[in-house]
Amino acid sequence: MKDMHAITLRVNGRDHDLVVEARRTLADMLRHDLGYTGTHLGCEHGICGACTVILNDAPVRACLVFGVQADGAEVRTVEGLAHGEQLSDLQQSFSDHHALQCGFCTPGFLMLTEAYFADTDTAALTEEQVRELVAANLCRCTGYQGIVEAVLATARARGDAKDLSS
Amino acid sequence: MSVIGTRMPRKEDPRLLRGRGRFGDDISAPGQLWARIVRSPSAHGQVRGLDVTEAAKAPGITTIITANDLPPGLVIPVRLAVGSADLSPYLQPVLAAEMVRYVGEPLAVVVGEDPYACEDAAELVDIDVADLPPVIDAVGADASEHTAAELTLGYGDTDAAFARARHVVSIELAIGRHTGVPLEPRCLLAVPGPENPDLGELDIFGMTKVPVFNRDLLAGMLGLDEALIHVHAIDAGGGFGIRGEFYPEDFLIPWLAIRLGRPVKWTEDRAEHLMAANHSRQQYHRITAAFDDGGRIAGLRDDIIHDNGAYCRTHGVAVPELTVAMLPGPYRIPAYRGRVRVVLTNKTPCGTYRAPGRFEGTSAREHLLDVAATQLGIDPIQLRERNLLTKDDMPHHRHITTLGTDLVLDTGDYPALLAAAVKEAERLGYRTQAHLISPGDAAGRKPRGFGLAMFVEKSGLGPQETADVTVSNSGAVHVFSGGTSVGQGIETVLAQIAADALGVDPRVVRVVAGDTAAQPFGAGSWASRSTVVGGTAVHQAATAVRERAVRLAARMLEAAEEDLEVRDGSIGVRGDPKARVTLAAVARAAEPAGGYLAEGEPAGLSARRRFEVARMTYPYGVHAAVVEVDAGTGRVRVLRYLVAYEVGRAINPMLVEGQLIGGVAQGIGGALFEEFSYDDAGQPQAISFIEYRMPTAAEIPPVDVLLAQDAPSPGNPLGVMGAGEGGVNAVGAAVANAVRDALGLAGGIGRLPLTPARVRALADRALADRALADRALADRREGAA
Repeated sequence: MKDMHAITLRVNGRDHDLVVEARRTLADMLRHDLGYTGTHLGCEHGICGACTVILNDAPVRACLVFGVQADGAEVRTVEGLAHGEQLSDLQQSFSDHHALQCGFCTPGFLMLTEAYFADTDTAALTEEQVRELVAANLCRCTGYQGIVEAVLATARARGDAKDLSS
Repeated sequence: MSVIGTRMPRKEDPRLLRGRGRFGDDISAPGQLWARIVRSPSAHGQVRGLDVTEAAKAPGITTIITANDLPPGLVIPVRLAVGSADLSPYLQPVLAAEMVRYVGEPLAVVVGEDPYACEDAAELVDIDVADLPPVIDAVGADASEHTAAELTLGYGDTDAAFARARHVVSIELAIGRHTGVPLEPRCLLAVPGPENPDLGELDIFGMTKVPVFNRDLLAGMLGLDEALIHVHAIDAGGGFGIRGEFYPEDFLIPWLAIRLGRPVKWTEDRAEHLMAANHSRQQYHRITAAFDDGGRIAGLRDDIIHDNGAYCRTHGVAVPELTVAMLPGPYRIPAYRGRVRVVLTNKTPCGTYRAPGRFEGTSAREHLLDVAATQLGIDPIQLRERNLLTKDDMPHHRHITTLGTDLVLDTGDYPALLAAAVKEAERLGYRTQAHLISPGDAAGRKPRGFGLAMFVEKSGLGPQETADVTVSNSGAVHVFSGGTSVGQGIETVLAQIAADALGVDPRVVRVVAGDTAAQPFGAGSWASRSTVVGGTAVHQAATAVRERAVRLAARMLEAAEEDLEVRDGSIGVRGDPKARVTLAAVARAAEPAGGYLAEGEPAGLSARRRFEVARMTYPYGVHAAVVEVDAGTGRVRVLRYLVAYEVGRAINPMLVEGQLIGGVAQGIGGALFEEFSYDDAGQPQAISFIEYRMPTAAEIPPVDVLLAQDAPSPGNPLGVMGAGEGGVNAVGAAVANAVRDALGLAGGIGRLPLTPARVRALADRALADRALADRALADRREGAA
């Protein structure tokens, strides 16, 4: 007998009602029940970070969270980053700095960075801090250089923008 | 200005950045079932029983199959046959029947409605194996019992060279077992056709690298017409050699889909990947060089034991062959003999990993040169300079064949690149930094070192590649390539090549790579061949389309072909801005009722071209590293890393640099961190990312790249050489040399990866070496006094 639960959650601003098995991971629920296949599973044991999504403002490994834990929560995935057809500044920066090759790990790095930026003074970030941040996730293609550069460039640009508006 | 050579942003990026890529597990089919492989828990043993009764009763389970359900005698054949050894006794069965030979070997498949239920049921399969003693150590294994093949390559009289030699230097070096480990696990979806399942019509998602080869192989194993199998082009989360070879699952999943008449999907988990997909690299080298008085190499010998794991898979003995074929590297070596013995052990079978055979061979040769430099009292860079082949030696016939081709170093100026790399390393302060004392380390517990290594790569393996180029009515250009997209940016590179030949904006070019219906003759993406061989085929097909477009435009404009010029997506009469037609208009004119076709002329603005090439092209490079060694903890930090690499011509320098930098990171993994170790019972000790330690951004330094385009390849019209493997090739060597320099070792480091425990042991040895040297010096002084 499966242990099923009815839950509601909001993903990228859209409300979903669904019934999930208690043991189903948030990652599988997002990917296979709701169709958000941009969240990728690279290890299913919380190391690689490809499945990182933002759950109520915090970055989480969606492979280590059960779907039922997201009941009533707000989830942001990579599909929610672009503004219509326009890539976000961070996404654009990743392309400009060749921060992706196969692109499998990319959604995780994007969501990790966005969650971190949300409560950080990005203008003051150093390369060392950015390296420490992105060391949370694994990438097998790029050697991380483009990722570090892309995150740093976006951090600076956002910091500058904040300075101008204040 | 040509779009070739520009840092054009990648065409792949927008979809991947938006989470709209289509990776294997992203694709589902209505009514699909899921599969879970039941794997051997034992490294070696006789299968006494395999009871699926309980498992079959589990909820949601459709079927469970074992070897008894399959057609008898199914094995995975060799794709890349080299040499004359008969490997048929060592091929892997699709499912093990009587014997299991490594932990992770497929024994059964559970199919059901839900992957969670399948995983539960797989646990209920009762496996009864009578364990036999496993063979774990290839060096200690009985050679007569466990040798699958022996290969010897070489030329010249090495015995004479060694007999005459002034100095003979020898080291032993073990290369650790590691592999590509792409971040996306393997997956496969097979969808049987709607019409008549007996026909075997089949759609497959998830085969990459060599989709046409795998399609044909699968068709043969299933007894189907290959044209009924459609392998779709999808995104792949990294290739690196391991992904896309034909594995047991590549037969099992399609076979189940046909048998059940329903789509079947399989996605492996990471533990499965680390014990079931190809391992690579594990070799033991005993390499010796003979030198004359002037430090010139007179002869080179290497005796290698290659641990291939439990079976010979699709690469047969290609990796050991490549190891000995490429071992002489960029040097003038009058006499050479490389011998490799391929040993089977009870570990995961091996295949290729990026720069197969070269990472291993370069590590051995370049580390030997550094040890020789110490023993001969010559600077290691000078020792290399004295022995490099020069521009005047090109083309240089090695009198060796590899992968069925003659090894002819086709072009290059090796001394010039070495000089440029040394100059660049100086400019960037590598040597200064290498001899600084680490901050806060007055006691000298964190010595630093500098290491350099040089190598020759190979790329552009033929013998051929086919491309189709078509212009549609909107003026869009469609390229159908036999390569596959594994993250290298093939869509961007081929778009640049097609746009250049056709005089169009690369944004209007759409590239489909690796779809067997769109390109039934593709040979795939591997061996750094896509840009060289696939790119040239696209160049030729696009050039043919351009010529045809000019012929049609001449008819449309009632002008002579020689008066026409092609630019910005249109064709016009030179000097007459009004007499101009767009490529879109030419495409419409080439339609069956377009009005401009001659009698009997086929419709469509398209061309198919096949590029054939007999030999590979050989790029080359220099790596340099600065490391810091913590003699207390054994930790090695790579502080600086430089790659100087000759590519002939870079279609997109940004992508070439990306390939090189990414390769360095993988190389650092293999040099310092990544290793598949086994316990005495043959149980794998690295089956998660906790034990299999891939480097993060904290372990990889910024990489400096010196991209040289001074030696265009004579073997193809674009002048290009491959860039996929030049970043990883010499990392083991450069890091080993830098660590040796830091510790001041007299001999070699002995074993890669340089894990903390091994480095600590080396640091202790270095202390003992120094004490011994000091005592010898004191004795000499005393003797003199």
